[in-house]
Amino acid sequence: MDKITFPHMGFYYIPITYLLKNTTKKEIIIPPKITKKTIEIGSKHSPDYVCMPFKYNLGNFIESLDLGANVILQAGGGCRYGYYAELQEQILKDLEYEFTLINFIENNRVSIAKIYHFAKKENPQLSLVKFIYFSINTIIMIIIMDKLSKYPRENLGFEKKKNSFLNTQEQFLKELKSKKHSPISLIKLYYKYKKIYKNLPVEKPEDCIKIGLLGELYSIMEPFSSNNIELKLASYGIEVHRYTTLTYLLFQKKHNIKKLLKKGKKYLKYHLGADATESVVLSLELAKKKYDGIVHIKSFGCTPELNAMSILEKISNDYEIPIIYFSFDSQTSDVAIDTRIEAFYDMLLEKKNLKEKDIKFL
Amino acid sequence: MKKITIGIPRAYLYYRYHILWENFFHNLGCNVIVSEDTNKETINTGKKLSIDESCLSSKIYLGHVASLQKKCDYILVPRVYDYGKNEQVCVKFNATYDIIKNLLPDTKILDYNIELTKQPFQIVTYFKLGLKITKNPLKIIISYLKAKKCNQNYWKKQLISQTKKLNSYNKKILLVSHPYNVYDNYIGLPIIKKLEQMDIEIIYANLLEHKTARMYAKNLSPTLYWTYSKELIGAIEYYHYSVDGIIFLTTFPCGPDSLVNELMIRKISDIPVTNILVDEQTSSTGLETRLESFIDIINERRKNNG
Repeated sequence: MDKITFPHMGFYYIPITYLLKNTTKKEIIIPPKITKKTIEIGSKHSPDYVCMPFKYNLGNFIESLDLGANVILQAGGGCRYGYYAELQEQILKDLEYEFTLINFIENNRVSIAKIYHFAKKENPQLSLVKFIYFSINTIIMIIIMDKLSKYPRENLGFEKKKNSFLNTQEQFLKELKSKKHSPISLIKLYYKYKKIYKNLPVEKPEDCIKIGLLGELYSIMEPFSSNNIELKLASYGIEVHRYTTLTYLLFQKKHNIKKLLKKGKKYLKYHLGADATESVVLSLELAKKKYDGIVHIKSFGCTPELNAMSILEKISNDYEIPIIYFSFDSQTSDVAIDTRIEAFYDMLLEKKNLKEKDIKFL
Repeated sequence: MKKITIGIPRAYLYYRYHILWENFFHNLGCNVIVSEDTNKETINTGKKLSIDESCLSSKIYLGHVASLQKKCDYILVPRVYDYGKNEQVCVKFNATYDIIKNLLPDTKILDYNIELTKQPFQIVTYFKLGLKITKNPLKIIISYLKAKKCNQNYWKKQLISQTKKLNSYNKKILLVSHPYNVYDNYIGLPIIKKLEQMDIEIIYANLLEHKTARMYAKNLSPTLYWTYSKELIGAIEYYHYSVDGIIFLTTFPCGPDSLVNELMIRKISDIPVTNILVDEQTSSTGLETRLESFIDIINERRKNNG
């Protein structure tokens, strides 16, 4: 009997589980929630200076395999993400686990055909129509999750009732997990929660500090790997904007590169590879929109983002927009991050007040 | 008319294309200067310019570019994206041009783009490059063709000498690393010297026809996709039955190598393998000890196997 598992990334395990459960009709083992232990196990068996997502994924796999899983799904590409699957398979085999690992990446892109063939193999009764139906539902789920996460991110720091946003989010995810869905019910769900979010009481000053969160995709989308930096920033009363979502990576990125290069003409001539072009052009746009600052996060040694950083520094100088860089590894402590965020926040505040004084003086 | 001087940084793709580049620009009637061998100063300037997490090879590259700044009219900085479908390269090469342009804004850069999915004919790329120097189209084409011939002859000779080495009875070690590490004065050469002192024949993994290498790579690893990794993996598959041991040489913290080397070390079980990681602080004594003990293992195995 096949038991299927896959790596964690934020709350996206919900749509993935939904798709797999309904198409393959097999047992899905969701890896235990990422904890310090996950990363410890992952680091123990990984090469030293590989980037963090590798270690998290490996930790997820080992914990799932210990729960009885025997089919592992992996999908990654663009940078060395695409190398993960083969080495992880080898490492787990050397640890004498019995399993099959299936990689959904083909030619650097998630291949829907491969997912279909896999589902068909697991569940021969699956018809193409059903597969398409469930895929569409999954896609809608991902899109509404991303859409609904935007408003809380911008307002969480200003809530009147403590934890009201997080509680609502929990409720939403619970409902997403438990119910049977159709495209219409999903869209209804979206509007329902949009309304609930909008009605939560917030106290937001008009000139609050606005920052953009950029960087490497895994650090951005998996809160544990970035020590929950989004919530930390919000707790200072900062409006957080972020652009990297699964929706973007899966459906929009492909058509976007040319447009981005045009926008970033002043700093870029060529596509920088992986998500680096996005980082550069977005920071340029944030600077033009007069955001107060940029937080750039990545895992240690992430080459594409390192490429982007050399150029970000120049943008930071040219447009006088402060940028703070975080590089996460398995040893990063909460305290260090708190201290740096606090200092960064103070600096942004000071800068803002100075500007206001200047205006009054004139 | 004053001759134009082209500066070529002695790092990264220099070791893959130097014959082609030098001949091409000579034929066009330019002066060519190549930056000096990597030394402490190159590394220090490179370190200052780059972000500290970048790989050592990229720091060395920046150091070389900076050292050429006032000595020439143009610095040649190629940008590589792919060598055809499914033949991409490490993202560091995608971004070299833009990084240098932003870090050293005053440099005059001569850039060209290797992106075979967009422009499958190399001659067109070089033609565009040549137009920036001379307006005589015939001259450019002839220069390119001549340079290409020279380049082919050079690599053929290298390959033949390597094949000769394979037949010798001496101990043979396969040195697996990117050409910009192997031939670098700071990274690879100390190791090569040390091995030569110990009468070891060094087989270079980067010396194998690229197409053959890419073909062989599939046997050892079906999914790794960056061309430069594939070429090395293919060479391991091609040479590994005729050598006594394999040394992986990599710089800290090289992205693709961190995974490739680990995978290869786990897959190769019949001959001794070691992984040498070089960073800015690597000491020559530590390196020598490691090499010596590795050679001891190989000697012992040879004795036991008769």
